[in-house]
Amino acid sequence: MSERGEKFDVIVVGAGPAGLSAAYLLAKEGVNVAVVERGDFPGSKNVMGGVLYRRPTEEIFPEFWKTAPLERHLIETQAWVLTPESAFKAAHRHQAFAEPPAQDKDRGYNAFTVMRARFDKWMGQQARDAGALIIPETVVESALMEGDHVLGVHTGRPDGDLYADVVIAADGVNSLLAQNVGLRGELDPDQVALVVKEVIALPRETIEDRFGLTGDQGASIELYANASWGMVGTGFIYTNRDTLSIGCGALLSQLVERQVTPDDLLEHMKSHPAVAPLLAGGETREFLAHLIPEGGLRAMPKLSTHGMLVVGDAAMMVNSMHREGSNLALASGRFAAQAVLRAREWSDYSADSLAYYDQLIRDSSLYKDLYKYRNMARFFESHPEFFSLYPDLLCEAARDMLTVDGVSKRTKQRRIFWGALRRRMPWRMALDFYGAWRSIA
Amino acid sequence: MKQLTLEQKLFLNGFRPDRDSHLQIKDPAKCRDCKLRQCTYICPVNTYRWENDQVTVFFEGCLECGACRIACKACDNLEWRYPRGGFGINYRTG
Repeated sequence: MSERGEKFDVIVVGAGPAGLSAAYLLAKEGVNVAVVERGDFPGSKNVMGGVLYRRPTEEIFPEFWKTAPLERHLIETQAWVLTPESAFKAAHRHQAFAEPPAQDKDRGYNAFTVMRARFDKWMGQQARDAGALIIPETVVESALMEGDHVLGVHTGRPDGDLYADVVIAADGVNSLLAQNVGLRGELDPDQVALVVKEVIALPRETIEDRFGLTGDQGASIELYANASWGMVGTGFIYTNRDTLSIGCGALLSQLVERQVTPDDLLEHMKSHPAVAPLLAGGETREFLAHLIPEGGLRAMPKLSTHGMLVVGDAAMMVNSMHREGSNLALASGRFAAQAVLRAREWSDYSADSLAYYDQLIRDSSLYKDLYKYRNMARFFESHPEFFSLYPDLLCEAARDMLTVDGVSKRTKQRRIFWGALRRRMPWRMALDFYGAWRSIA
Repeated sequence: MKQLTLEQKLFLNGFRPDRDSHLQIKDPAKCRDCKLRQCTYICPVNTYRWENDQVTVFFEGCLECGACRIACKACDNLEWRYPRGGFGINYRTG
């Protein structure tokens, strides 16, 4: 050990999907990499809703589904629009999602539900087996800098300065490290969603009966509108092996403004007449909370500087439209590893050299998706009608059309049409939907 | 299903609380002028409570999400850090 502290080739801060994929890929290439994690083990501080996609994960861990701890493979995705007393449901189910991946690339598992505490522990083990050093129970307090060059990290341990050619900030949505280095500022309350979640135990047969599943098949439900009390937010229910993950949340700015306590919102959703029967007889096992970066491309920090890269949630890499986050994290970790390997060839860890990571991100499909939805958050924040008025109209129309009461269908259609126009001017409605389409098209 | 209170839910979580709080109010007097006192309702586990004309911090059940830090951004009156290594929430599911 040198006098000024241990030196590694690469230090990864944070053992989540972004950090561990980078660490695993680097260690596999013989790079001396350390992962500094503040929890007892990788995963013990990590939270997500619970959906992990197969293909992006296989890019890093081929055939992981054969050995990794997974809950269920999703064969069905549902979307529910809730009003206080009703639900309008849409669902898609495909048999191709029920099959293990085989020769036919078009078929096979698409996504799994996972428990972070188990899955990240497994990823940590893969990284360790490849040669990475996982340093648990250690908080990184700041970056060690010389001018604008990152030389390493200062940890909370005695004599805890660690040095490296490159530091990868994978420390999640709060990324105090990226802030410390000046790559980004503090987030605003309208750039994050606060989500709370409960894991509720039920016998697995009960879960399979209620969701129409057999064996390890799983289903997911995303819930809108009344699920977040009309705020910009969503709820979700995911099936695990013998538990359900149920959660909801909204933009922090809106929770603050409306003076909502997150647990009240969750209890409200759990007691909805369409939701409660799915949970009946269940027993809560754990209560979790997490911030989701919702700022999208517009809030993305500077991704690299001299001796440092920012990956995953720390870099705002979440596609909230499609509830995708872990796959962006995994992909960004993979790109970071590629950029580091290239920098090593030239022994050049300057900002210019590491900017190759920015380029890889910009050329990727994850960036194209973030670009596609770059205006979405702002649009919906300024159009609360999509979380209250329009869901109400939709559910009322469905109820009216489905009620057989001697009124002709044509009369009902007219009634629904003119009723809607009385609640919102036609030109406003046209603008709303044009704007919504523009923001996601 | 049986509805649990927040306190009951927190009993289900695995915590290893540190002796000292990782969350500090910088200037307690400043909170008296705070109009919303958003920390007292926004925190998922009710860490901050308005008692005796000041905010009291019950850090033991903190889930380390960071919501309070960002919600208090305008006042910048919260010293927010992670618990020391090995302390705080220990999720079993995640």
